[in-house]
Amino acid sequence: MTVTSAVAVTGSQGLWFVSRGSGLVLLVLLTAIVVLGAATRAGWAPRRWPRFAVAELHRTLSLFAMALLALHVLTAILDRYVTIGWAATVIPFASPYRRLAIGLGTLAADIGAAVLLTSLLRSRLGYRWWRAVHWLAYLAWPAAFVHALTAGNDLRGGWAAVIGWGSAVVVAVAALPRPGTVRHRSAAPPPAGAQRRVPARQATRR
Amino acid sequence: MTAGLRLRVDPIACDGRGLCAELLPGLITLDDWGFPVPCEQDVPDALRREASAAVTACPRLALHLEPRS
Amino acid sequence: MNHPATSPRATGSPARLLPGDRVARPGTLAGHLARHGTRPDCAGGGRRREELIGEVERAGLAGRGGAAFPTAAKLRTLAAARPRPVVIANGVEGEPASDKDKMLLAVAPHLVLDGAVGAAELTGAGQVVIVAHHAVVPIVSRAAAERRRAGQDSVPVRVMTAAGSFIAGEASAVVNWVERGLATPTGRPPRLGGPGRRPALVQNVETLAHLALILRHGATWFTSAGTPDEPGSMLVTLLGAVRRPGVYEIGIGTPVSGLIELAGGTTAPLSALLIGGYFGTWAEPDAVLPLPFSSAGLAAAGASPGAGVVAALPSTACGLAETARITRYLAGSSAGQCGPCLFGLHAIAGQLDRLAAGTGCDLATVQRWLGDITGRGACRHPDGTALMVASALRVFRAEARLHSRGWCSGTGAAGILPVPGQARS
Repeated sequence: MTVTSAVAVTGSQGLWFVSRGSGLVLLVLLTAIVVLGAATRAGWAPRRWPRFAVAELHRTLSLFAMALLALHVLTAILDRYVTIGWAATVIPFASPYRRLAIGLGTLAADIGAAVLLTSLLRSRLGYRWWRAVHWLAYLAWPAAFVHALTAGNDLRGGWAAVIGWGSAVVVAVAALPRPGTVRHRSAAPPPAGAQRRVPARQATRR
Repeated sequence: MTAGLRLRVDPIACDGRGLCAELLPGLITLDDWGFPVPCEQDVPDALRREASAAVTACPRLALHLEPRS
Repeated sequence: MNHPATSPRATGSPARLLPGDRVARPGTLAGHLARHGTRPDCAGGGRRREELIGEVERAGLAGRGGAAFPTAAKLRTLAAARPRPVVIANGVEGEPASDKDKMLLAVAPHLVLDGAVGAAELTGAGQVVIVAHHAVVPIVSRAAAERRRAGQDSVPVRVMTAAGSFIAGEASAVVNWVERGLATPTGRPPRLGGPGRRPALVQNVETLAHLALILRHGATWFTSAGTPDEPGSMLVTLLGAVRRPGVYEIGIGTPVSGLIELAGGTTAPLSALLIGGYFGTWAEPDAVLPLPFSSAGLAAAGASPGAGVVAALPSTACGLAETARITRYLAGSSAGQCGPCLFGLHAIAGQLDRLAAGTGCDLATVQRWLGDITGRGACRHPDGTALMVASALRVFRAEARLHSRGWCSGTGAAGILPVPGQARS
């Protein structure tokens, strides 16, 4: 069932439903992405999973999330019931309707776009710049969550609230700093006295 | 026939995470401490794409695929 | 044995860099000028510079920091570099067993600075930075100030205190220290240019001192000492079981036994010698004493002059215990940036400790590890250590067998080789 036929069948309500539904799915998806990203960084993988699987899944889900985000934003703008305006798709806090709530969503989307762009150009940008922008993702998730709480009423109660708040707990746990076993699990434990010193500013350029 | 390409590890950037060895088991092995040892020979043409994928997958951008200088 | 390429033209102790006894106040500018005369002006057009670099090439000057890279080639490359390079005089001397650079800067700082400024003029550099071991920074600073007051130099000379670590003396680490205050190497292969905006000419201070003399006296004079393939004189540090340990100047190609004689002979029968420094090679006395102290001559014993250190190990000391101590020090001195070096050296040091203590050591694994770490760091730290350890396992093979049965030949002396942070017995 396409968006246009949904509109035809139910009127503008169709766009609104797709926007809300895609928003909820996005929240869950972003949660999974953050968890996988933290796992990649810490070198954690489920038993029997190679590490590259965790990293690749993180990457694939992120690309999919960006596509779903485009749908979520598009349907929200096209829905005539409330006026959000095209500017608010990229400029945070530019929407006349629920300025703060929508603005946080725009902020999250902007950060997402920046993370995506820098990741696609990672080899050209160099590790340091890529990493600096990537850390902003930890800001994007809370912005998206508060947006989800305040832009609509869906997370006020019922199963949607369980999903929403459950995701928040999962992200909080995943974001906790923990001593990672960065080196491959097949590696021998570090010999006595070996203290890895990563200098503050690495010269990774050649 | 294009020039031979070889795999090179930047030892300062590398953290020993091992994704490269998982993706290219025939071309990269891990030493006792989990750090990659790329093979000396050129990357065979059949594995060139996989090698590029491994270069992209390295979380630290420590793996490089470059012409033999 | 008397191959023309290795038979020295003039042995004994030429007094070129180190002042003889007759010179008054050698560290002062006046004393320096009295002994060596004024520094010739090396600035000028491309043709004059090329002539002088050609003279350096004819003299066959090679680096005295351990790597022995031809100096003229470096000068030529940097002279063609854009933008203008910086000359960095490497007087860090991170190797604890070596004293020659500190000694040279203490008694002849002006000769080193002459060479540095000369190199700056030859390469078109806009600045000289001399990075000196903290023990001699006051002397070098005084010398630089004297020169500034006398308007002696055409380029500014800046004096920096070296970081105190072993690895701080590595060429790219010195550049990193000057540019960013981090005394860690930046990557292999070591490049002639620095990683920052300006390429850097890094030269050991002894090399610069020789350069200063070549620019005054010419190539023919320089090649009157040493061997045809490795001309000139060099500074060596002698330590261990010799009567007068210290820094001496020799013509390259002097037999190792001649070096020992210069230091007053041995104080005890020797079990081994460590040639070249902590990245050098252990060798049996009979194998190495007759050999000329040069790259070509020492190759017969699998050794090389390196940083010019010769340590004499008395038979009352245990070579395995010394090697274990040095290896533990070198493992701790790793910059810690590269996994194979950091983990490999610590693992090897752990096994060597067990070998020295006689508690059972897996030599096959150690040999494998020595191969594993070679070439896998950003600098030569793991490579040099691996070479030294491999030579120890060769030379002290009989001792290792004794240790495996709970015995040790070492009866008295311990801690012959200096390791900072560990008390000598």
